[in-house]
Amino acid sequence: MHEKTLAELSQALRSKAISSVELTQHYLKRIEQFDGALNSYITVTPELALEQARTADARIAAGDAGPLTGIALAHKDLFCTQGVRTSCGSKMLDNFIAPYESTVTQRFIDAGTVMLGKTNMDEFAMGSSNESSFYGPVRNPWNSEHVPGGSSGGSAAAVAARLCAAATGTDTGGSIRQPAGFTALTGLKPTYGRVSRWGMIAYASSLDQGGPMARNAEDCALLLQAMAGFDPKDSTSVDAPVPDYSASLNDSLKGLRIGLPKEYFSAGLDSATAAAIEAAVKQFQALGAEIKEISLPNAELAIPAYYVIAPAEASSNLSRFDGVRFGYRCDNPADLTDLYTRSRGEGFGAEVKRRILVGTYALSAGYYDAYYLKAQKIRRLIKNDFMAAYEQVDAILCPTSPTPAFRIGEKIDDPVSLYLTDIYTITANLAGVPGIALPAGFANGLPIGMQLLGPYFSEARLLNIAHQYQQHTDWHTRAPAGY
Amino acid sequence: MQWEIVIGLEIHAQLTTASKIFSGSATTFGAEPNTQASLVDLGMPGSLPVLNAQAVKNAIKFGLAVDAEIGMTNVFARKNYFYPDLPKGYQISQMELPIVGKGHLDITLEDGTVKRVGITRAHLEEDAGKSLHEDFHGMTGIDLNRAGTPLLEIVSEPDMRSAKEAVAYAKTIHSLVRYLGICDGNMAEGSLRCDCNVSVRPKGQAEFGTRCEIKNVNSFRFIEKAINHEVQRQIELIEDGGTVVQETRLYDPNKDVTRSMRSKEEANDYRYFPDPDLLPVVIEPAFIESVRGELPELPAQKRERFESQFGLSAYDASVLSAQRELADYFEQVQQSCGDAKLAANWVMGELSSLLNKADLEIEQSPVSATQLGGLIQRIQDNTISGKIAKMVFEALANGEGDSADAIIEAKGLKQVTDSGAIEAMLDEVLAANAAQVEQYRASDEAKRGKMFGFFVGQAMKASKGKANPQQVNELLKKKLEG
Repeated sequence: MHEKTLAELSQALRSKAISSVELTQHYLKRIEQFDGALNSYITVTPELALEQARTADARIAAGDAGPLTGIALAHKDLFCTQGVRTSCGSKMLDNFIAPYESTVTQRFIDAGTVMLGKTNMDEFAMGSSNESSFYGPVRNPWNSEHVPGGSSGGSAAAVAARLCAAATGTDTGGSIRQPAGFTALTGLKPTYGRVSRWGMIAYASSLDQGGPMARNAEDCALLLQAMAGFDPKDSTSVDAPVPDYSASLNDSLKGLRIGLPKEYFSAGLDSATAAAIEAAVKQFQALGAEIKEISLPNAELAIPAYYVIAPAEASSNLSRFDGVRFGYRCDNPADLTDLYTRSRGEGFGAEVKRRILVGTYALSAGYYDAYYLKAQKIRRLIKNDFMAAYEQVDAILCPTSPTPAFRIGEKIDDPVSLYLTDIYTITANLAGVPGIALPAGFANGLPIGMQLLGPYFSEARLLNIAHQYQQHTDWHTRAPAGY
Repeated sequence: MQWEIVIGLEIHAQLTTASKIFSGSATTFGAEPNTQASLVDLGMPGSLPVLNAQAVKNAIKFGLAVDAEIGMTNVFARKNYFYPDLPKGYQISQMELPIVGKGHLDITLEDGTVKRVGITRAHLEEDAGKSLHEDFHGMTGIDLNRAGTPLLEIVSEPDMRSAKEAVAYAKTIHSLVRYLGICDGNMAEGSLRCDCNVSVRPKGQAEFGTRCEIKNVNSFRFIEKAINHEVQRQIELIEDGGTVVQETRLYDPNKDVTRSMRSKEEANDYRYFPDPDLLPVVIEPAFIESVRGELPELPAQKRERFESQFGLSAYDASVLSAQRELADYFEQVQQSCGDAKLAANWVMGELSSLLNKADLEIEQSPVSATQLGGLIQRIQDNTISGKIAKMVFEALANGEGDSADAIIEAKGLKQVTDSGAIEAMLDEVLAANAAQVEQYRASDEAKRGKMFGFFVGQAMKASKGKANPQQVNELLKKKLEG
């Protein structure tokens, strides 16, 4: 059953070839079998899953099923799920049972999906390798010595290892696309505001965006259909009509203008990755697309700007974790200051502390203009770069990261080199534009990811482009050995 | 040395919205702890704020009333600091782009002169919760019912030059926000709180002295006392060769002292930055015009109208217009009796002292405006004298009848104007006081004047106050001369 894509499972469920309970039991068994080694789940919820599966089967029997009814999913552990621990990969929230449901997970409940559990992630989504999790690193199913990427590394590994049909992720600087690239998945970061952030524990509010991680573009279209839409509970959610994402998957790419940003094909790009993108370019040309070189002149400023804005917002967002109302509280606090310093000191990991410190510094009196304000100006320039590029092209093609998945431990002591792995993904978050990552080849058994970026609300077009590519390539159909 | 006092006030007005500024929780005062705190108010991970449109409207009303620039694009910012009753670790406030910009407010001082006080700005923000230190045996309880209550922080220019001016300003703001219906003004419940920035400088010096901020003063009386105390402290300090240190102080009304809370060096770096969870608030000109259309007649306008329309004195007009409910009451009395001056006298005299004695608000007055109007009518048509009217008023206040007429009827208080009856009564009085009559007639003009009062008193007594005093006067004079 697990060989099937989400779209195929949807067919099988509705034709009653399989039941949701069978599917759920199958995945639960696989999780038990494989996840001890992979560590892709923080929490598995078998009872809840089976209960939801029975409900889904009843809906299917009653003829009240949508395309996702009965599909077994996993959710990144920063989406609040009522009555279920929502840890954010942190000791700070190890004891946090969310008292409410996030909009994204509620929409999936309404669509009749089953939640198998909550997936591992970098602590508070801060990281690009899933090594900063309080629950330990996640292994890449393609090579267990390698990272699955981050911060949605647990979701990526779980989908790649077929431990769920698909998963949710969130992308603040590439946290859906980079792990999708590292694990041969298709992952979509929607336009900022397309998917509600209500109940999604914030890392950097102006950059965070939830999205689907699945085996192919067709599955992503089905998932995004459920996730996208205006939410009055999120002021940054956009009240724009949601198109039928599956309807345009088969549109022709004839006349499609694809831009290659010259800044993204310079030194530092791994040769196998460069070759894979080149091959993809040929494939797109064969499908009728027109290729143009474009420029994103301020792209090189993206990393420094991001590492001011994201930590600045994080330093404030994470202030609520103070040991007073929820989450970790130190033993026997002597006084209020002791309660704060030890609860936070003991509850947060090193990378989270680093970003809180950086962000606090960037917002401090006397430094605000030099750091935060300047970074916001760069952000505007980067957005302008994209707007100018989209006057010439319909989509931008580039790698998801400079190299395939690196080894566990390889970059953990060198935060800057780890930050640099986000170089191709961060710009889309700063500009708020959507991007889809998909597999473009393999090198030494490790997947190579590429991404397509588009103008605001071009998710349907991006899914269409990715789907057409996947109709003529088979990278996305490959499964890691042993799974 | 002659010292000049410089005062600026920051007034926090709690806005009367049904729900909180960024969540749907109710804002009722006095509910069981933590029963009016939603996910947003608790700062739950993943929760997000959504701005309450009514709070925006209320702020704009205030801005229009003080003739201020409205921030057509205003921005919410996070003020970051740790405190147990601040659930998110930051307060959502406004910093660089507030909803209300520069404006001004005219205040009437005790001597009747009008002074214009500059309004620097007014911005929207959320209130924090409350830390409860009693009943927890060395621990602290947190009540987050108040967290997220909308506040309008109104910042004045340092334009006030005495504690009395500061109080007059605070009272004018108090009156204004109540007129606008944007704040209930209940200072005891903390609906209106005041921070006073106080400094002194030698008279004639252009630059300001170092200021101290006195936090959270919650009554007009305390504003005056706290400022006067702080001014004295600063002057004594400087005259003793010391210097004022910029700091935040707390006023202790029990001991009538201010004491240091934290110095400038200890002050938080709030690390303000625009709240990424909230978009800039863009206000359309048409919306402002629609709000302007909803503005009631404001205290200053009402005062002018009371003077021009009713011919009231500046003092009477300003007392009667200071409070919307009082002004409405007065106007109802005026309408029902048709005599603005009599209405003003009764409202500011008998009625006010009755309310003061019973510690009642005008809305709780035991005598309705219609009842008082009816009473005044009976004075006007000579049914009763002013003296009897006071008795009737008391009876109305005690609930002894539904109307002045009913009480007059029931108690037989109707004034006697039948001159025959009065004459007969006077004859009896004079006969009973024959000796005094003799004496009167023998006296000169000056002495007679004094003695006349005695006969009037006797006559009124005999008539139980019901005889028309004018007629008594005239007829008595005639008879005594006779």
